[in-house]
Amino acid sequence: MRVAGEPSITIEPTVRVETRRQPMPPRERLERIFAIEGLDALYAGKPAIKSVSMDVYRNLVTAVIGPSGCGKSTFIRCLNRMNDLIPGFTQTGTIRYHGQDICADGVDPVAVRRNIGMVFQRPNPFPKSIYDNVAWGLKVLGMKDALDDRVERALVQAALWDEVKDRLKASALSLSGGQQQRLCIARAIAVEPDVVLMDEPASALDPVATQAIEQLMHDLKREYTFVIVTHNMQQAARVADMTAFFSISRGAEGDRFGELVEYDATEKIFTAPSDRKTEDYVTGRFG
Amino acid sequence: MSTHSLTKAALRAEGLPRRRATNRLMELLAWLAAAVAMGFLVLIVWSVARRGWSELNLDLITKSPASGFLTTGRQGLANAFAGTLVIVLLATLMALPTGILVAVYLNEFAQRAIRDAVSIALDVLNGVPAIVIGIFVYGLFVLGHGPSAFAGSFALAVIMLPLVARSTMEVLALVPGALREASLALGVPRWRTTLSVVLPQTVGGIVTGTTLAVARAAGETAPLLFTSSVGVGTQVHWTPHHPLQSVPVAIFELSESPDPKDHARAWAAALVLLVFILLASLSARWLATRHRSRLGTSR
Repeated sequence: MRVAGEPSITIEPTVRVETRRQPMPPRERLERIFAIEGLDALYAGKPAIKSVSMDVYRNLVTAVIGPSGCGKSTFIRCLNRMNDLIPGFTQTGTIRYHGQDICADGVDPVAVRRNIGMVFQRPNPFPKSIYDNVAWGLKVLGMKDALDDRVERALVQAALWDEVKDRLKASALSLSGGQQQRLCIARAIAVEPDVVLMDEPASALDPVATQAIEQLMHDLKREYTFVIVTHNMQQAARVADMTAFFSISRGAEGDRFGELVEYDATEKIFTAPSDRKTEDYVTGRFG
Repeated sequence: MSTHSLTKAALRAEGLPRRRATNRLMELLAWLAAAVAMGFLVLIVWSVARRGWSELNLDLITKSPASGFLTTGRQGLANAFAGTLVIVLLATLMALPTGILVAVYLNEFAQRAIRDAVSIALDVLNGVPAIVIGIFVYGLFVLGHGPSAFAGSFALAVIMLPLVARSTMEVLALVPGALREASLALGVPRWRTTLSVVLPQTVGGIVTGTTLAVARAAGETAPLLFTSSVGVGTQVHWTPHHPLQSVPVAIFELSESPDPKDHARAWAAALVLLVFILLASLSARWLATRHRSRLGTSR
């Protein structure tokens, strides 16, 4: 019981770790989807990230956190060769996807992206109808059997079906920002990729839409593997099983680049980080 | 800095009357510039209409000119209108796909150095005087093969190519990169992304650019003088391997005639050409708007 006059403000800890989370199986029992070793990424010869080595495990949500400019987005875009399109971009080191080097000769980046889908920071629906946004990729990739069912399933999985089922022919641009982003998620999972990369998927969204997207990641990780970049630590704490913390380092000539500081189970990163920089960041002393 | 004062004197101290006067002056100058631009157009249309009005009738586009010296009855320029239609249509068929492909290559696939170099080349080509292009095509096709509507079309296509390519490049550059990424991230190849996602966004701009190019080509005289003006005959022909008469060349020839009726007919033909270009621009604009609303970008 509250005593009269006592202020009714409860101070929440800065970061709350989801307590309902199921315990993670030991790492040896997890299947590795990505094995990244010594990854350097450079724009026009200037390093954006240096010597990143980490593994990404199947059916988990892996979060990448860190301050602005630490190369989180650059890193995640390496995983499906999205950076190929940027003039002057080069990378060294290896990224193995199920044991295959995704940058090896003879690997088609189109095939890489076919297996590893992506959702971007800003919702980018096609200027087509809601239905066609999901169906177009399916048609182009030859998944034309039971098209309507596939579209419906993807929209249900993305928690959008109830809101759009009566206006599937309406323009996707008539949806709100949060709905557009869920439509983009539906579009990405409709083609049944193996991994879904999310580059700050909720940064432009309101809290309700953010919650919907976090919930669907939680529900869908049985079928997919998620890698999510976020600048929102609470979000990482809520959705991720594993968390990688990136930070900015200074080179000998004063150049700045991002590097992986610590990578561990989310709970460990937020409650008992082994690196001082991680601790400063997750407790809000820096960043 | 706000003084919290609401009096006029305070505003005067801040120079508000002066700023207001500057605003009015600039507005007036901008209005005058717009009026001058409109004024010239009205003047041209009015003087063309006034002089060509007497000869403006249906015969102008349905009847052929008489072939003899002593002419009786009404005559028209049907052969010139048919020729212009064939020549410009053929030129568009040549320049439009080429121009779009050039723009797609430069904007979507080429390296920056190549893109810059070819863009400059296109601008230079755009600046080449039409008569030089006429002489070039004369040397290329007419010498040895004789004049033909096809040679004229080719010359006009050379004039249209940079216009179509540059305007297409500009609208391609406006297509957000996020849309390309959305398609590529699905595992869709680049050619398919360009064809199905990027190009549909640019239809409006391509239509506008093509209309401008058609309008420009339809009014060109110099390239046709060298390629499709000798031996054109007075009958209506539709075959591009013959030289065909065209409206601008016919206007030029009629203007040199001693008969004042011929002058009036030249003005009338010019008026028809003007109206045709106006209609083409309006319908292109209508098409582009309709396309945009179908894409759902304007609600």
